[in-house]
Amino acid sequence: MPGRTARILLGTLFVLFLLFLYGPTLTITILSFQGPDGGLTFPMNGVSLHWFGRLFQPQAVGDLGASMTRTLLLAAMVTASTVVISLAAGMAFRRRFPGSGALFYLTLASLIVPSILVSLGVGLLFNRMEWEPAWYSSAFGAQLTWTLPFGLLIMFAVFNRFDRSWEEAARDMGATPWQSFWHVVLPIIAPSVVGIALFGFTLSFDEFARTLLTAGSGNTLPLEILGMTTTVTTPVLYALGTVSTALSFLVIGGAMLGVKLLARRRGA
Amino acid sequence: MSRWFPWLQAAPLALVLATFLLLPIALIVVVSFYDYDSFSLIPDFVLTNYQEVFASPVTWQTYLKTLWFAGLTWLVTFALGFWLAYYLAFVVQDATWRTVLFILCTVPFWTSNLIRMIAWVPFLGRNGIMNNTLMGAGLIEQPLEFLLFSDFSVILAFVHLYTLFMVVPIFNTMMRIDRRLLEAARDAGAGFWQTLWCVILPLCKPGIGIGSIFVVVLVMGDFATVRLMSGGQSASVGLMISNQIGLMQYPAAAANAVVLLAMVLLLVAAMLRAIDIRKEL
Repeated sequence: MPGRTARILLGTLFVLFLLFLYGPTLTITILSFQGPDGGLTFPMNGVSLHWFGRLFQPQAVGDLGASMTRTLLLAAMVTASTVVISLAAGMAFRRRFPGSGALFYLTLASLIVPSILVSLGVGLLFNRMEWEPAWYSSAFGAQLTWTLPFGLLIMFAVFNRFDRSWEEAARDMGATPWQSFWHVVLPIIAPSVVGIALFGFTLSFDEFARTLLTAGSGNTLPLEILGMTTTVTTPVLYALGTVSTALSFLVIGGAMLGVKLLARRRGA
Repeated sequence: MSRWFPWLQAAPLALVLATFLLLPIALIVVVSFYDYDSFSLIPDFVLTNYQEVFASPVTWQTYLKTLWFAGLTWLVTFALGFWLAYYLAFVVQDATWRTVLFILCTVPFWTSNLIRMIAWVPFLGRNGIMNNTLMGAGLIEQPLEFLLFSDFSVILAFVHLYTLFMVVPIFNTMMRIDRRLLEAARDAGAGFWQTLWCVILPLCKPGIGIGSIFVVVLVMGDFATVRLMSGGQSASVGLMISNQIGLMQYPAAAANAVVLLAMVLLLVAAMLRAIDIRKEL
C-alpha cells in the first residue's frame, strides 16, 4: 500500500482521467443545443433544437432516417449472429477436436488484422465475384470478423469458471444433452450471453472502418458521420453525434433494464 | 453424442472466418501482384506495386511515422493505464466503489470513436476552450496553433480512445494477485517500489501484454483518427491505403496492406515472445 501522499496523487490522476474521458463528449452534447446563429465552440448563442431539426432536412445528411434504420437492423443482425455463433463455438471448444487449435488461432488473428484490411479484402472479394456489396451481406460479414472473436473470448472466460457438476447432475437425472443445455447450462451462463449481445451491438453500431468499402450504396450512421467530418462546419455535426450516442445508450440501457426485470421475475 | 458434434457447433464460426477473413486476405495478396490503369484491374504478376512501396522515401517516412505514433501512444497509454488500474485494484478498498469507478471507465466504450474524436474540436481549436482559457488567464498572448490538426492532437485522440484497452486487462490481472503476497513482501522488508517491481509488475505481465497488443494493433491500422485529428497534415499507412482505395488504385493499396499486415504480425509475435499471455486465455 502506497503512502498517503501517493494515494492522494493517484486519486487526483483518476479524477483528471475521468474528466479527460467525459469532458469532450459532454461539451459537444451541450454545444449541439446551440442557437441558430451559434458556432462550433463556446459561447452558446442561445439554446435551441435548431440543429436537430436541420438533421432531418435532406441537404444536411443523405437520408438520416434510412441510414439509422439500416444501422440498427445491421446491429441487430450482427448481435443475434454473434450470440448464436459464439455460443455454439464456445460449447464446441469445451473439448478438444481435430482442428480446434487452428480455428482458435484463426479467431485470434481476426482480432489482429487491421479493420481497413478486412474492408479492402471483402470489397475486393465482392468486386471480383461480381456480387453487389450491401450492408446486409458484405458489411454484415465484415463486422462479424470483429465481433465473433470478442464473443468467443467471453465464452472461454465463462466456461473456464463453469462448474461441470451441474451438467453431470442433469445427466444423472436422465436429461438429454439438449435438455441439459437448455435447462441447466444456458440459465447459468445467461448474464454472459447478454454481455456478448451488448458487445456485439456496440461494436457493430459504431463500426465504420469495416463498413467503408462493404456497405454498398446505402450508408450506415457512422459512415454518414465520417463523411460529414470533412465537409460540415456547423453544430449539425454535434447534433448527429448526440443523436447517435443517445440511440446507443437507449438500446444498451433498455437491454440492461430488461435483463434486470427478467431476473427479478424469475427470482420471485 | 456423435464424434462430429463439436465440428457442427464450430462450423458457423469457421465458415464466417473463412469467407470474410481468409479468402479476402488471400485475395489482397493476389491483387497486390496485379497491374492496373485508371479504369480497371489487370490480372497479371508484376512486382511494381511492391517496388513502389519500397522505393519511395515518402512511403518509408509514412511507415516510420506510423510506428512512431504506435510507440508513443503505447508509452502514454501504458504509463496512464497502469496507474489507473493500480488505483482501482489496490488503493480503492470498497468493492462497490471499485465497481462504480470501473464502469465509469468503460461507459465511453459505448459511444462512437468518431464522435469522441470530433468532441476535441471545440476544445483545441484556435478559438477553442483551451486557448480562450489560457489567454483569459494571461498565460499566453497568441492562440496556440499546435493544439489541433497536429501530431499532438493525433496522439491525444489515440490516448483518449485506447487507454481503456490498457486499463481493463491490467486491472483484471491485478485483481487476481493474491493479497497475501503483498503482505509477505512487506514483512520481508520490501518498500513500495520494490514490491511494485518484484511482485506486482511480473504478475501483471499477461494483462500488460494483452493491452499492448490491442493498443499497438489499433494504432497501426488506424486511418480515421490520423485524417481527422491531423487535418490532413500527417499520414499513416492506414490513411495511405484508404487514399489509394479512394483513387481506385486497388493493387497499390493491396501491396501496402500486405506489408502492413506483415509488420503488425511481426510486432505481435515479438510481444508474445516477450510476454506469455496464454495464462490469461
